[in-house]
Amino acid sequence: MNNKLFVFGHTACAGCGQSLAARLVIEAAGPNTIVANNTGCLEVFSTKFPESAWAVPWIHSLFENSAAVASGIEQALIYLGKKEGVNVIAQGGDGGTADIGLQALSGMLERGHDILYVCYDNEAYMNTGIQRSGLTPLATNTTTSPSGTLSFGNPRPKKPLPEIAKAHGIPYVATASVGYHQDLQKKVKKALSIKGPKYIQIHCPCPLGWRHEPSQTIKVARLAVETGLFPLVEWQDGTISVRKIQPKPVEEYLNLQARFRHLANFPEVIKNLQAIADANIKRYSLAMTSEPEGVG
Amino acid sequence: MKELLEGSRAIAEVVKLCKPGVISAYPITPQTHIVEELAQMVADGKLKASFVNVESEHSAASVVLGGEAAGVRSYTATSSQGLLYMAEVIFNIAGLRLPVVLACANRAVSAPINIWNDQQDSLSLRDSGWIQLVAENIQEAVDFHLIAYRLGEDKDIMLPVMVCLDGFILTHGIETVDIPSQESVDKFLPPYQPLYKLDPNNPVTLGPLVDPESYTETRYAIEQTLKDALKLIPNITVDFSKAFGRHYNGLVEEYRLDDAERAIVAMGSVCGTVKDVVDILRSKGKKVGLLKITSFRPFPAQQVYEALKDIPKVGVLDRALSLGSFAPLTCEVKAVFANKKKRPQAINSFIVGLGGRDITLDSIKEVFRLLSLKERPAEYIDLKPELLRERYE
Repeated sequence: MNNKLFVFGHTACAGCGQSLAARLVIEAAGPNTIVANNTGCLEVFSTKFPESAWAVPWIHSLFENSAAVASGIEQALIYLGKKEGVNVIAQGGDGGTADIGLQALSGMLERGHDILYVCYDNEAYMNTGIQRSGLTPLATNTTTSPSGTLSFGNPRPKKPLPEIAKAHGIPYVATASVGYHQDLQKKVKKALSIKGPKYIQIHCPCPLGWRHEPSQTIKVARLAVETGLFPLVEWQDGTISVRKIQPKPVEEYLNLQARFRHLANFPEVIKNLQAIADANIKRYSLAMTSEPEGVG
Repeated sequence: MKELLEGSRAIAEVVKLCKPGVISAYPITPQTHIVEELAQMVADGKLKASFVNVESEHSAASVVLGGEAAGVRSYTATSSQGLLYMAEVIFNIAGLRLPVVLACANRAVSAPINIWNDQQDSLSLRDSGWIQLVAENIQEAVDFHLIAYRLGEDKDIMLPVMVCLDGFILTHGIETVDIPSQESVDKFLPPYQPLYKLDPNNPVTLGPLVDPESYTETRYAIEQTLKDALKLIPNITVDFSKAFGRHYNGLVEEYRLDDAERAIVAMGSVCGTVKDVVDILRSKGKKVGLLKITSFRPFPAQQVYEALKDIPKVGVLDRALSLGSFAPLTCEVKAVFANKKKRPQAINSFIVGLGGRDITLDSIKEVFRLLSLKERPAEYIDLKPELLRERYE
């Protein structure tokens, strides 16, 4: 039953990381789930009228307000005495979450709603044509942070959104990746078993925007984790656990994606990206010691 | 029961009687007293509802959108910048056909910042698909909330309704108000039965992407529904009259228009002042009257035509502007009479009471005095030329 909650026939691109992640999320959540979805690729490719890929109750309102719409849904269910056993999920892309929707998200987290917010992080505004967002990595070539003779691409590193969510003092925050689907689904299930606001940010490669082969989505997703550029971290009631890695050099990840191709001309920027990975590895103690203790 | 109440308190009392399950709001003057009263009722257990304190009006509107989509009667109130900040969600709520009720405590729009009354805020959202009912006094503001839920939730309508009331004048004014009994409200306003809702037992997809194949029809459907609302509103007000003993036409109110040679068209609390002036002038034998617009959206073109077609001199009062063109209400009235054979000889536009500037009996007398048989550019009543900068040549 659970494998028919987000069905085939939608119009996502070949190799779309977000469509896979969305399916994994809803399958883990199960049929007793109501979804509020921000505007973005996922909404567009899954609900072109008169078709819908969703077999759970699903609503799309605007680009930035799924956290607030979900808050209203959750309060209505409580009012009706029907919240017990029903999951409420708000979800959106990185732009809808980290930029234009950050205020609504913060309000939802601060008010303590029993809602899971899922951010599908493909690191740019893909639906509108690969523009830079607050979650676009340093040095990425996007249509609004292009590389050029005076530019190495996006001038700023990713906004630390999981840390920002965690700073709200909510009971559960995690990062996940479509490259690790069992870990992803375990986190969704764990989050939904906890009352209160939860935040999960899922790294989702976008073949079109990252310019990698559609067949390489999982490999790219895994390399982001294995290099330390996208650490898999979980905070539950203040306790942190991480997926340990044997760190690989960032070039292995960068070289698969044409969005970083221009960095051949900017070797010092590659060093900066390696420094970001190294800082993550240190900050979250990602490096495997002699005894493996990986999570998930 | 008749009580001496502040407008905001009276509105909170009637909202309580409507039993909304989800209330969400963000503070803004002069709306805030309404939601403060509601918050206290929830805190005291007098109103069983969820009161959601949000971080912005955008989220307040989004929360009631979500509550209504999950099948629960919902309520919010705002003013001015708050309504404009909601604007995107306001259009969205109408497009989703969710019968939210919102009180707009009308206030001027910035810049310059001004917390006092005019009607620029709600009139700026006239094209959103919401029904807009405009109250003259506190009793109407109370009663229009009951009519708003009954109308919006009608299965043939399913549209949101904005109850517009002049900020401070009605929100902070104190009048004797008849607050109906819970029993009579329950008879008039049955529990909300949504046509569809977010329910895991019967999954629906709301708010899909609609392409050029179908988009026009979704807009056309709202337009047709608003035409239906023009027919339904007078039926609902008949029921209202039976239930509560107060009669409204619901679309327009004609005040001493029968043999009038001069008439003012207006909306909101200024109508009380106009009625006083009409009475004064009538006592001196002047044939003057008022046409009050209650339903600005849908606009009751037929009723306006019938009321004004034989009156030679008509003046329209606008408490808002459409900068660069005719003021909003003037535009409507002029459109009603475009290409009509029977029509006033002149429909003139008067701008009054912007940003809370007092509209006195003398202001209205001046409008009646200026009504002529010739159409002239819009006249700003009580304009202070000494505050205007000289033009550089």
